[in-house]
Amino acid sequence: MKMVLKKTPKKRKWETFPGRNKFYCDGRIMMAKQTGVFYLTLVLILVTCGLFFTFDCWFLAEQLTPIIPVIGAVLFLFVIGTLLRTSFSDPGVLPRATPDEAADLERQIDVANGSTGYRPPPRTKEVVINGQTVKLKYCFTCKIFRPPRASHCSLCDNCVERFDHHCPWVGNCVGKRNYRFFYMFILSLSFLTVFIFAFVITHIILNSQRIGFLSALKDSPVVVCFFSVWSIVGLSGFHTYLISSNQTTNEDIKGSWSSKRSKDNYNPYSYGNIFTNCCAALCGPLPPSEQVAAIWASICMHACGHRLSGSFPPTLPIPHRPEGAFSLFLQFSCSVL
Amino acid sequence: MATEFHNLQEMQHCASLVTKVFIQRDYSEGTVCRFQTKFPSELNNRIERTLLEETVKTLNSYYMEAEKIGGQSYMEGCLACATAYIVFLCMETRYEKVLKKISGYIQEQNEKIYAPRGLLLTDPVERGMRVLEVSIFEDQGSAGSSPSSTLSSDSSAR
Repeated sequence: MKMVLKKTPKKRKWETFPGRNKFYCDGRIMMAKQTGVFYLTLVLILVTCGLFFTFDCWFLAEQLTPIIPVIGAVLFLFVIGTLLRTSFSDPGVLPRATPDEAADLERQIDVANGSTGYRPPPRTKEVVINGQTVKLKYCFTCKIFRPPRASHCSLCDNCVERFDHHCPWVGNCVGKRNYRFFYMFILSLSFLTVFIFAFVITHIILNSQRIGFLSALKDSPVVVCFFSVWSIVGLSGFHTYLISSNQTTNEDIKGSWSSKRSKDNYNPYSYGNIFTNCCAALCGPLPPSEQVAAIWASICMHACGHRLSGSFPPTLPIPHRPEGAFSLFLQFSCSVL
Repeated sequence: MATEFHNLQEMQHCASLVTKVFIQRDYSEGTVCRFQTKFPSELNNRIERTLLEETVKTLNSYYMEAEKIGGQSYMEGCLACATAYIVFLCMETRYEKVLKKISGYIQEQNEKIYAPRGLLLTDPVERGMRVLEVSIFEDQGSAGSSPSSTLSSDSSAR
């Protein structure tokens, strides 16, 4: 039988992405569908910092030291940088199974069940990790058995590796690839809000020595910091606890590793000490995104009676970055370590 | 891309895809990337058990190297944090470097071992690191050459 090949036009992976995410800048920016609250976050930070720099910094630089606005500016830039990095990164979305993969899984399950046809595939598979039995659930949307710690985000309609939570404030899921950016964001935001709050109070106190307390309070528009300070500092504290025990928000909320479930229950992913857990979460390796713009989607070749789907070639065109000074410095210094 | 299309055209005259075998991830050591070394029964008559096991073990060791938490990864992490992660825009991470090595290794294995036996390994990165896909081709017997979609040179006969 002669095969007739018809080549469909090449598309970037993000253009054929099946989830609900939105892409910008040719696939370099990946966000959730609902981004309204993210813009609110950005506006709140910009307005608060703008008011602080406009009304308080001059006074404080004159009365105390000009280093105050400098530190404020550095903190502000770090907060914005980490916020954008968290919001725009791929959180670690697992690509859905190819039709061949899905068919193979179903075939294996049928063989295991000893039946064919209409019985739905079993929903769990058990695996023992570091002596603890973990259930891997089958995702009917993505047609895969989810790896340990992965979860399906119903808002974005994707399975995400090491799923922490979906954060509307950053307009994205928080998962394996962007958790460290998220943590740095809330930590630096805590420092920034405490910093602004402290110096606003200082300004009021210094001002009230001249014009009286109530007048000083009236002149200061930035006391709104008060409520946000506690919630953000509290959130940072919570995530610090999660990092040090190597748990995700998802696992903590479900009580997956809580000793209340059974006395033999423990977290199999923890390295045993706080320092290693923190280092692993914050300084561990960062796998590249599956949705990177440079990766081209498969060329689907439709042949009469034969469908060759899947990627050719197997080689992966990872975006090339120059072997810069940083990289060489790292390699040199680490060979010494 | 033109190379692959050219090879696929060659393939259409010589061979057809019979089936795909998927080697799944081994999660017994946690979320670290490892593939099962269990030999799939569909490959019984196609390739020696030891060759496939060797390939999978080498891949596992590469992934372990990529995900190793040690001096270099700490330095990379601290440097990235200090620069508000801007440094990732101009520097290739260790993980990416190892993935390139793996990609080269898979291509080499395809050229030397798998293509002559009518098999093709797909880089797990292309499948979201979930599976190691082995495509099985059947020679239709026309030119006597085995399929290899990634090669620009003709592959040797089985």
